[in-house]
Amino acid sequence: MTINVRFFASLRERIGHATVTVEADGIATARDVWKAVSGESPDEEMLVAINKEYAGLDRAVADGDEVAFFPPVTGG
Amino acid sequence: MTVEIREQPFDPWQMVSEYRSKHLVAGKSGASAVFVGTMRDFNEGDEVQAMVLEHYPGMTEQQLKDMRDQAVSKHDLEDALVVHRVGTVYPGDDIVLVATFSGHRKAALDACREMMEVLKSSAPFWKKETLGAGERWVEKNTPG
Repeated sequence: MTINVRFFASLRERIGHATVTVEADGIATARDVWKAVSGESPDEEMLVAINKEYAGLDRAVADGDEVAFFPPVTGG
Repeated sequence: MTVEIREQPFDPWQMVSEYRSKHLVAGKSGASAVFVGTMRDFNEGDEVQAMVLEHYPGMTEQQLKDMRDQAVSKHDLEDALVVHRVGTVYPGDDIVLVATFSGHRKAALDACREMMEVLKSSAPFWKKETLGAGERWVEKNTPG
């Protein structure tokens, strides 16, 4: 399974990359993707989008999905 | 029905005026409500010199379009315009414009306020401030 992972704002700086490609078996959910890329438990405020739509951490991911992680939004 | 994310500065008042002339049918909208958000030179007690606005290309546009479509449908608006800056902005720069046009004032005013609240809470934008001593990410928006 290949997942294209994107990070924004402070999470991008923390991870040190804007994009990462994860190729691994045993990834079922966005939470699994986060663990694979960060090695950490997700913090409660972190937001997730799958294919540019908001999703929960426990939403299933599929081969080729774009999964994005970012902090609370602060526009306007 | 326009949603625009732009790096260049803009004049929201001119934009509303031009939009009305170009896109609205004269005589249909009895009410126009306009919100303009402008960058301050202070935040949380500190002087802010500049700010970088980041967004999620593709997702941010779609979120704003969905927000606008829902507001137009819910409030039966004639039209709605949303403009948001990204990139580097400076104190006094206008950051966001939400303009709503409807037959009567309640729909325009309610929709304008609602769209701003939805934008603030769900549109993927992030702000990083430049202070006198370094930079910091804005972690949350003010409550209103």
